[in-house]
Amino acid sequence: MANYTDNEMMAINAGRLIKNNDIVFAGTGVSMLAAAAAKKIYAPKAIIFFETGGIDPSLEEIPMAVADPRVMSGTCLNSGLIDAFSIVGHRKLHTIAFLGAAQIDTYGNLNTTSLGNYMRPKTRFPGSGGACDVASLASGVITFMQHEKRRFVEKLDYLTSVGWYTGGDSRSRLGLVRGGATAVVTNLGVMKFDEDTKKMYLAEYYPGVSKERVIENTGFDLDVSRAGESPAPSREELRILREEVDPQNLIL
Amino acid sequence: MSIYPEISDKLMTLKDAVSRFIKDGSQIAIGGFTVTRNPMAIIYEIVRQKIKNIHLVCHSNGQGLDILIGASCVKRLEIAYGGNGRYAPTCIRFKKAIEGGVIEFEDYSNYQMSLRFLAGALGSPFISTKSGLGTDILQYEGFSEEVRKERKVARKKYVTIQNPFNDDDDKVVLLPALNPDVALIHAQYVGDDGTVRIKGLTFADLEQAKSADTVIVTCEEIVPRSFIRLDPDQNSLPSFLVDAIVKVPLGAHPTACFSFYDYDPIHLNLYKKVAGNDALFRAYLDEWVYGVDSHERYLEKIGTTQLQKIKANPVLGYAAGLDRK
Repeated sequence: MANYTDNEMMAINAGRLIKNNDIVFAGTGVSMLAAAAAKKIYAPKAIIFFETGGIDPSLEEIPMAVADPRVMSGTCLNSGLIDAFSIVGHRKLHTIAFLGAAQIDTYGNLNTTSLGNYMRPKTRFPGSGGACDVASLASGVITFMQHEKRRFVEKLDYLTSVGWYTGGDSRSRLGLVRGGATAVVTNLGVMKFDEDTKKMYLAEYYPGVSKERVIENTGFDLDVSRAGESPAPSREELRILREEVDPQNLIL
Repeated sequence: MSIYPEISDKLMTLKDAVSRFIKDGSQIAIGGFTVTRNPMAIIYEIVRQKIKNIHLVCHSNGQGLDILIGASCVKRLEIAYGGNGRYAPTCIRFKKAIEGGVIEFEDYSNYQMSLRFLAGALGSPFISTKSGLGTDILQYEGFSEEVRKERKVARKKYVTIQNPFNDDDDKVVLLPALNPDVALIHAQYVGDDGTVRIKGLTFADLEQAKSADTVIVTCEEIVPRSFIRLDPDQNSLPSFLVDAIVKVPLGAHPTACFSFYDYDPIHLNLYKKVAGNDALFRAYLDEWVYGVDSHERYLEKIGTTQLQKIKANPVLGYAAGLDRK
């Protein structure tokens, strides 16, 4: 079996969730890697775009921020933030957003703002950026997390981006017309959400990872009864990731 | 006689643009986004002129935001995102200022801030969106009642209402418009007729410029009317919306300017190394901002070797193969 890193496994597993004709909204870091991997390996007809307004860039080099000049190169068009969000929420499009977060709860709500008291936080993070917007407006959200107890929490310190809110039909009762948390991809496995309760459950764990290890690293009760082992990345998947997606090894 | 007679009343130096238009307590919007097209040259000049108590209204301004906060120019901040790509997952001085409780701040999202600029540009007092329903962005207000009475501060952070055009239960968020005192925009080209052209992504620069009372545009090049009017589809702002024009080549350094230069990984890494330490950060400002009296001197310190390395391939728009670690 080939050796691979956590970031490679996360990019590959998120990439596998993307279908042709999906419109993929990518953020920074692993999310950027996963979006490029999705397009180059699994769904060549998916379109990658950025909240800053770059649509379908050639991605010959991996961008390191959503305003990197590389997201403006080889695009079908360059616009701005308001145009980008008109695509995120467009009723005719199936838009999937890739996000990261400092904390997540069982309903896939995210915190990227702060830990502790909002006014005098113990730790301040960058804030929403476009995350709150895409979580409100996109067809679905796939979140990348380091799988740790302090990040998978019962209660968020600050709810920046709404997932399934308090479960059941609470998201649509808020006034949000579509969307919600689709999946959570971590360094241990892939979580999805129950159709009725909207609670997170373990869908897949990676080769070499046990269900127990996932439970130990999750700060709330997690149903693992439906979980199976993910296939290991193939040599070809890893080759494309390393040679075509991030040849400069900036994120991998 | 100016070589640019049509814009001779608007063309000025950085020093004059700042001293004429930016005051203690001004509300300022800055263009660009994280690592690209922050109007850095004029931001450094604001720091040199020791303008204080700025009310900064931002979506995702990276380096410019961090320098202004770090140099204690900012009193009040409305913001969606304080990060600078991999060089600062959270902007370093921004993080310290909020954790230390030394600035007043309030959080919004990128779309919300862009809509607020758009509302200001359109002359609408507020604008509606579905974004933010159920979040703590609509739960926690950062500003006190006292701050809310002040000039250019909305009396409420937001209002959630029932959609008045729909009988069903259907909530929407209303956001207050923004009309900053000054918008600072860095563009690639300004025509000698004053027309502005931004290449690459425009982010929310156009909404910011149209919403502001005063617009200062710094630019890489001033180009002939015959060039800028040959392809007007490419243009961004008409001359009559611009109050001041300053020619500052490499005026966005160390952030990128599409098709002119990339972001400067060496300088952003240097910044990352010093920004977390108060004494080292102070020394950084002394060396790179207070210690140089112009952007030309600053660029001399960066050095031609490095500036050549980040020079963009004009076709691709970035410096291909640049070591960005």
